[in-house]
Amino acid sequence: MTTVNLQLQQIKERAAETMEEMWVNMGPQHPSTHGVLRLLIKLDGEVVRECIPYMGYMHRCHEKIGENRSYVQIIPYTDRLDYLASMYNNWAYCLGCERLMEIQIPERAEYLRIIIGELQRIASHLIWLGTFGLDLGNFTIFMWCFREREMVLDLFEAVSGQRINYSFMRIGGLALDVPEGWLADVKAFLAWLKPRFAEYDRLSTDNVIWQKRIQGVGILKPEDAISYAASGPMLRGSGIQWDLRRDDPYGIYDRFDFDIPIGTSGDVWDRFWVRRREMEESVKIVEQGLRDIPPGPVLAPVAKKLRAPVGDIYSRVESPRGELGHYLIADGSEKPYRYKVRAPTFVNLSALPVMLPGCLVADAVAVLGSIDIVLCEVDR
Amino acid sequence: MIGGVLESLYGLFGEWWIIPRLIEMFVVVSIIIGFISVAAMFLIWWERKISAHIQVRFGPMRVGGWHGWAQSIADGIKLLLKEDIIPARADRPIFILAPMVVFASALAAYVVIPFGPGLIVQDLNIGILYIIAISSLAVLGIIMAGWSSNNKYAALGALRSAAQAVSYEIPLIISLLGPLLIVGSLSMTKIVEAQYVPFILVQPLAFLIYFTCAVAETNRLPFDIPEAESELVAGFHVEYSGMRFAIFFMAEYANMFVVCAIATTVFLGGWKGPLLPPVAWFLIKTFFLLFVMMWLRWTLTRTRVDQLMNVAWKVLLPLAFVNLGITGLVMLLYPVG
Repeated sequence: MTTVNLQLQQIKERAAETMEEMWVNMGPQHPSTHGVLRLLIKLDGEVVRECIPYMGYMHRCHEKIGENRSYVQIIPYTDRLDYLASMYNNWAYCLGCERLMEIQIPERAEYLRIIIGELQRIASHLIWLGTFGLDLGNFTIFMWCFREREMVLDLFEAVSGQRINYSFMRIGGLALDVPEGWLADVKAFLAWLKPRFAEYDRLSTDNVIWQKRIQGVGILKPEDAISYAASGPMLRGSGIQWDLRRDDPYGIYDRFDFDIPIGTSGDVWDRFWVRRREMEESVKIVEQGLRDIPPGPVLAPVAKKLRAPVGDIYSRVESPRGELGHYLIADGSEKPYRYKVRAPTFVNLSALPVMLPGCLVADAVAVLGSIDIVLCEVDR
Repeated sequence: MIGGVLESLYGLFGEWWIIPRLIEMFVVVSIIIGFISVAAMFLIWWERKISAHIQVRFGPMRVGGWHGWAQSIADGIKLLLKEDIIPARADRPIFILAPMVVFASALAAYVVIPFGPGLIVQDLNIGILYIIAISSLAVLGIIMAGWSSNNKYAALGALRSAAQAVSYEIPLIISLLGPLLIVGSLSMTKIVEAQYVPFILVQPLAFLIYFTCAVAETNRLPFDIPEAESELVAGFHVEYSGMRFAIFFMAEYANMFVVCAIATTVFLGGWKGPLLPPVAWFLIKTFFLLFVMMWLRWTLTRTRVDQLMNVAWKVLLPLAFVNLGITGLVMLLYPVG
C-alpha cells in the first residue's frame, strides 16, 4: 500500500470515528476506575461497543522480589497485594508455607485466623458497597459503610498495631495473641453491625432507582464465568455455588456452619446482593468462632531459619474477591525458587470485555465497580 | 467617556429621566448580584452542613469559628485567586463566554421573583413565561462549555444536558399551566394574590411534577447525569477551573433558588403567612424547598440516561397533561365567582 493510500485510509478511519463512534480513554485518572486502571472504551453515543482494559501501572515485581527474600520476609510484601484484605494475603501465603513445611498450627490460632479473616471480609465488602454506591452516585452509603469499616480497622489496630498492612500472620500461627477483652469488643462490634445492614438496605436495596440501575446490567453467563475462571462473588453471582471455604476447606472452616449465597442471572444486582448477604454470613461465622474459641498458644514452635523441603505447593483461600492462590516452588534453600500469586481480581477483570458491550456509559462504571477490583493486586 | 455615553443615550431617548433610571437599574442589578452571591455562598455552606449531617460527619468546622460559617467565603477567595487555565486547544471565545451565559440566565430570572408585596424588580405581565424562557437559555451555555472544552467527557455531558433540558422543560411548563389556568394571569404578583389557599392543596400533582422537573432542570442528583462525577468526571465543566468554575457553581445554586422561588410563588402561596413579615415567609418556604432538594441529593442514587428520558416522556408528561385536563374540566364545570 502506498503512503497516500495509507493516509487516505487513516483519514477515513478518523472520519468514521468522529461521525459515529469515538474512543474514550477512561482512566488511569478517573474517579471510578478504582485506582490506576485504564479502560479504552469505544462509544456509540452513550452505548459502549468495545472495551480494552490496560493494566500494569502498579506493577512492582512482587513475585520476583519474593524470589529474593526468605520465606518470612515475604509476609510484609503480601500485605501490599490486596490492601483492602491484607489478612487474607498473609493467610494464603502462610498457609502455603505451612503446608510446604508441614507445620501444624495451634487450635487457637486457627480460630483467630477465621475470626480475623471474616472481619476482614466484612470490612472489604463494606468498602466495596461504599465505593459501588459512589459509582452509582450515592454518596451517603459510602460514608455510612466507612463508619463501620473504621471499627473493624480499630479492632485490627488493637491486635496488630496496623490499620491496613497488618503482617499479622506468621508461618505457624499468628504474631501475637489478641489483647485482653478483644473478643468482647468483637462481640460488641457485631451487635452494632447487625442492625446497620437494614440501614444500608434502606439506602440501596430498597431504593427503586438503585434496583433499576443495576438489574439486568452487565450479565456474565455461568459458562462465561467458568471459562474466564472467575471466582468469588463474581462466580457466585452467576449462579454457581463454589466457595473454597466449603468446597476446599482450609483451616478449620469445615467446623463452621454458614450459607453460600448465589445469584440467579449473573447481573450486577446479583453480585451486589451476593456480597451484601455474604457480610451477614461472615457475621454468623465470627459469632460461631467467638463461641468455640479455646485458650492456648497462637504460634507453633518453628525454627528460626525456615527452610522448605524440595517441592511445590499451591495454597488457596477464599478472599473477599475470589480465589486467592499462592504457588511456591521450594528448592530446599531459605528462599522460594519460584513464587506466583493468582490474583482473583486480575482474573475477574479479564471478564470485563465480555460484560461491557451494549451497556451505557453509566452501566460501564457500575459493571466495573461490581467486579471489586484492587489494582495493587491486579498488577502486583 | 461616560459623559459621552450618557449624551448619546440622551440623544437616543431624548428624555432627561434616563439618568435616574440608569442609576436605579444599576443599583437594582447590584442588589440582585449581591443577593445571589450571598445566597449561593450560604447555600453551598448549608448544603455541606446538611450533607455532612446526613453522612455522620460535621462538615466545615474551622473557618470563621462557629461551624465554619466563613468556609464559602474562603473558598470563593481561593477560587478568585487561582490561576485561570484555558486548555490550549479549547475554543477560546466560546470557552470564556459559556459561564457568563449560564450565570446571566440565572441572574435574569431574579427580575420577576416576588419576594414580598411590591418587593419585585419588575412585575412583568408575562412573569412566569419570562422566567421559563430565560432559564432555558442556561442549556446553551452548558452546550457551549461542553463543546468548546474540546474534551470528550465534556461533550458527552453537554449532550446529555441538552437532551435532559429539552425533555424536562415540557412537563415542567405543562405542570405550571394548571395553577395558571386558575389564576388567569402570568404575572407573578397576581399568582400570589390569587392564592387564598396555597395551590399545593389544589394542585398537588402539578406540584410533584413541577418539583421533579425542577430538580432535573438544575442538574441535581438524582438527575445530575450531565455532570455525573463517577461517569463523566465532571461533565461539561471538567476543563474549567478557578473563577470560571466558581461561576458555574454559583449559577447552579442561583438556579436552584430560582426554581424553588417559582415553586413557592406558584404552589406555596408566595409571601403569604401569619405573624412574620412577608419576605421572611417567602424565604422560609423557599429555603425549605431547597432543603428538600439537598435532602434528595444526598439520599438518592443517580438515574441513568435512558431511565431519565423514560420518566420525562412516559410518566411526567402524560401526568402533566392529565392534570391540565382535569383542571380545565373542573374550571369549566364550576366557574369561579
